[in-house]
Amino acid sequence: MSEATANEIGPHEGITGLVDDWAADKQAYHVPWGKAMMWIFLVSDTFIFSCFLVGYLNVRITTTEPWPAQSEIFALSFGGDPIPLILIAIMTFILITSSGTMALAVNMGYRKEKMKTFWLICATAAFGASFVGMQAFEWTKLIVDEGVRPWGNPFGAPQFGSVFFMVTGFHGLHVSAGVIYLLWVAFRVKRGYYDEKGFEIVEIAGLYWHFVDLVWVFIFAFFYLL
Amino acid sequence: MAYVPLADRDSEMEMHHPHTWIGRWVFCQDHKVIAIQYGSIAVFTGLVGLILSLLFRMQLGFPETADYIDPSFYYQAVTMHGMIMVVYLLTALFLGGFGNYLIPLMCGARDMVFPFMNMLSVWVFLVSVIILMASFFVSGGPTGGGWTLYPPQTNLAGTPGHDMGIVLMLVSLGVFIVATTMGGLNYVVTVLQYRCRGLTMMRLPLSVWGIFIATILALFAFPALLVAAIMMLFDILLGTSFFMPAIIESGAPLDHNGGSPVLFQHLFWFFGHPEVYIVALPAFGLVSDVLSVHARKNIFGYRMMVWAIIAIGGLSFIVWAHHMYVSGMHPYFGFFFATTTLIIAVPTALKVYNWVLTLWEGDIRLNAPMYFAIGFIFTFIHGGLTGLFLGNVVIDLPLSDTYFVVAHFHMVMGVSPVLVVFAAIYHWYPKMSGRMFHEGMAKLHFWCTFLGTYAIYLPMHYLGFLGVPRRYYALGTTDFLPQSAQDLNTAITIAALFVGASQLLFFINIIWSLRNGPKADPNPWGAASLEWHTPDTPPKHGNWGESLPTVYRWAYDYSVPGAHEDFIPQNTPESEEPTVDEQHFDPDQDESLADV
Repeated sequence: MSEATANEIGPHEGITGLVDDWAADKQAYHVPWGKAMMWIFLVSDTFIFSCFLVGYLNVRITTTEPWPAQSEIFALSFGGDPIPLILIAIMTFILITSSGTMALAVNMGYRKEKMKTFWLICATAAFGASFVGMQAFEWTKLIVDEGVRPWGNPFGAPQFGSVFFMVTGFHGLHVSAGVIYLLWVAFRVKRGYYDEKGFEIVEIAGLYWHFVDLVWVFIFAFFYLL
Repeated sequence: MAYVPLADRDSEMEMHHPHTWIGRWVFCQDHKVIAIQYGSIAVFTGLVGLILSLLFRMQLGFPETADYIDPSFYYQAVTMHGMIMVVYLLTALFLGGFGNYLIPLMCGARDMVFPFMNMLSVWVFLVSVIILMASFFVSGGPTGGGWTLYPPQTNLAGTPGHDMGIVLMLVSLGVFIVATTMGGLNYVVTVLQYRCRGLTMMRLPLSVWGIFIATILALFAFPALLVAAIMMLFDILLGTSFFMPAIIESGAPLDHNGGSPVLFQHLFWFFGHPEVYIVALPAFGLVSDVLSVHARKNIFGYRMMVWAIIAIGGLSFIVWAHHMYVSGMHPYFGFFFATTTLIIAVPTALKVYNWVLTLWEGDIRLNAPMYFAIGFIFTFIHGGLTGLFLGNVVIDLPLSDTYFVVAHFHMVMGVSPVLVVFAAIYHWYPKMSGRMFHEGMAKLHFWCTFLGTYAIYLPMHYLGFLGVPRRYYALGTTDFLPQSAQDLNTAITIAALFVGASQLLFFINIIWSLRNGPKADPNPWGAASLEWHTPDTPPKHGNWGESLPTVYRWAYDYSVPGAHEDFIPQNTPESEEPTVDEQHFDPDQDESLADV
């Protein structure tokens, strides 16, 4: 839907608007089908990540051995003293930055600035890819240098490694899938596929991307900080 | 204010008419073909489940003669029977089968919103079934840990299928969840965004409401199962200890410690209880429509029925731990979950009253679908009442894991939904195939199934009160069990074999009538809802010919005083026929009118 139509809905707000939308013989949400579908999918995906995090918190309570100190494990030292969580901080920063470029891409899409949209999506995908790359570095360091395995680790509770590989792995898969999705959208934007259909697809891909970022914030808070 | 009936924007819907045979019947994007593919795969899988049940019933009824069934196979059969029936038959048939067929037709849509994804859904579902069936052919056979797959038992060496069988089961479930998600997103968005002009949510037939809410439950409940499956796969394949506590097996400690088996139970039942309503709600919806059409009366209390469906759907997410009373639970939690469980009885009972009141003083036509629909009311009341027993902690504890539980859930989510499946297949068969089935054979099928299932499950309640435990390979010599328990088991097995064999009546009828049945009238039952008023029977790709229909009333205008016939199609304008539409808005509130 164009922004012009969205503005016409202006006075149509709050609870009355909601009731009107749902009680009338029109679509319940004033959005394209794909966008409604993405929203519902994301709610479903939220349940998946919530179950992962609840499961993680549960085994952290039930495990009989002490939980390792994340700030020491996830520390990197540049020449001198180890800086706790520095890599994770950089990764988080990059992912949040990519949300910014994605938002710009959506805006440029609606302005029909095709090439700017294309490059901004590419930048987002590049940030995403570098995030996955750093995650690969983090995994390598933990597996090769520190001997962390899904079934055990030298620091304490074996569930630490299990949860780490499962949750960050599942999130990493989401980011990787997002990068592929974004590149596909970027390619089609450049080819002019959406010139007539409209650029809602950029926003739909953006929804997914922001969701993946948001999930990372929770993983960061619950797994790395808690 | 802007009026955005997307259904009028045919441009958004890219109809892709295939020209090859494969495009039309195999990799087809038409929701009706996909529905029949979904349904056929589900029914085939269900037949496997049925045969498995007959096999283990043989062992229970005739332990001496059926010695070709060893304990391992018995457990595998019980496990696979449960999982197949709950997930691969009923879930797939109601959502993938009936949901696909009825939602676009009842919503006045040309197809699902994303036909390609819909097609992917059925093929991914087929893959999941193939993976599931493959577990019969791997070393060790399928898993035998019970359909609830509780760890650590399922993963230990003593359980059949602990190596490959359980892995294939979990992978198959994961693939199934992908299929359900792709289909489910389509159903939900179609209902929300792609209704035709005039069709408000509160004019939708209850079938659509039931399937719609059940699909939402599926989208929110299956994630818990997916997570449980992933964690369990990690436990088995990578040696993690999510669900595995420290265990000593055959005198040697296993390489696990610190996991929580109860966590699995929570995740499983957070999926498992909504799953009950994923099966039940579509059945509620479909049976409401069948009852209303054949009683020539509007469904009693339509709005109440809709809100009851929504309330049951919401409540189903906060009752899961009533499956876990014996797992050990803080008494306050037991109190909470018992309370929420019993609260569900309120909207459910309300639905039962409304079905009965729909029949009250109706002009009842005892057609074959109506037999099954009325039979459903009986079996559902029986299954529902025993649910009240089991929802209470103190009554559940002694009855847990006895045949009383088996009888309860088979009555409420085995027999009842299956009776609705038959009612619905007979009811919509003329629309799907363009032919009529053999009425007498269908009625015979009903009596065999209805009386036969009672012969199976009523005695099981009694066995449960005697304390006969479920899932036992053989009862053996137990002092507290009289000989009559074994005699009853034999009788139950005979009834089960009879019911199993009588399903042939159904298949013969359906397949024979496809070619030889008399040509069906486009609307043989005189139904008002939209799917009976397509230009073609069976409907062609795109459903509605040149232009989409417009709806002027709800789906239940039966026996309206002053009307020309005893029903008024949903797409008949108010100017031509009177209206008793409960939903008849006054023009100030009805936006579609206010706009004009």
